[in-house]
Amino acid sequence: MADTRRPLSPHLQVYRWQVQMVTSILHRVTGVALAIGTLLIVAGLLSLASSEQSFAQFKALLGSPVGMLLMFGWSWALFYHLCNGIRHLVQDTGAGYAIPQFVRSSWLSVIASLLLVIATWAWVLMAGGAS
Amino acid sequence: MSADDLQHPIKRARGLGSAQSGVGHWWTQRVTAAALVVLAIWFVILVLGLLHADYASARAAVARPWNALLLIAFVVTAFWHAVLGLQVVIEDYVHTRWKEVSLLVAIKFLAALGALASVLAVLRIALGA
Repeated sequence: MADTRRPLSPHLQVYRWQVQMVTSILHRVTGVALAIGTLLIVAGLLSLASSEQSFAQFKALLGSPVGMLLMFGWSWALFYHLCNGIRHLVQDTGAGYAIPQFVRSSWLSVIASLLLVIATWAWVLMAGGAS
Repeated sequence: MSADDLQHPIKRARGLGSAQSGVGHWWTQRVTAAALVVLAIWFVILVLGLLHADYASARAAVARPWNALLLIAFVVTAFWHAVLGLQVVIEDYVHTRWKEVSLLVAIKFLAALGALASVLAVLRIALGA
């Protein structure tokens, strides 16, 4: 720390939790998670380019319980960051800053991302599961 | 500032700002975000279509010209956007200068390697090498 005597703000622990805080924090968290998750895409492409055997290993890794959990988390992180990212792009035009609109669009991001992740995995299950 | 410099200090801060890079970071983050809205949705649909594909058909799908092109575009844009985002997170939370700079450089190296490895992999598949 360069200078710890500086005033520290905001004091998160004294705020009442609001959906706008959650969406903002989640946007960062999912962004970092997706950045790390991009390495999975690299691994998949490398295994596909390398050999049938290594691609089979990659698919087995994703099909394992830990792999499925990662894929589920990755898909939700992607859809959330996508929905909330579109929300931020709209807000960058100056629209939607009135507090009621801000709260409503926050909930919209969360709910839309959940609907998308449910729809995606329902489709996977109907297609005979992920393998 | 010399005595005959009549420029107000605020003038120096405006325009390109004190970091002299202007709104480049902010704007590039938005442009890559807009591209990723389309590319990420396309990528999810591609992967869902390949759920039960065997090795040969997965390779054939990646080798199709449009898929190869969009895959490269997706991965490069994703790493680019990731670096811009991670940079802000590191600048916000890492307050020891040498750690901050090391991390900023490390994520750029990693992202460049990841993007290049992906491009090389897609090209190998697309060109049948």
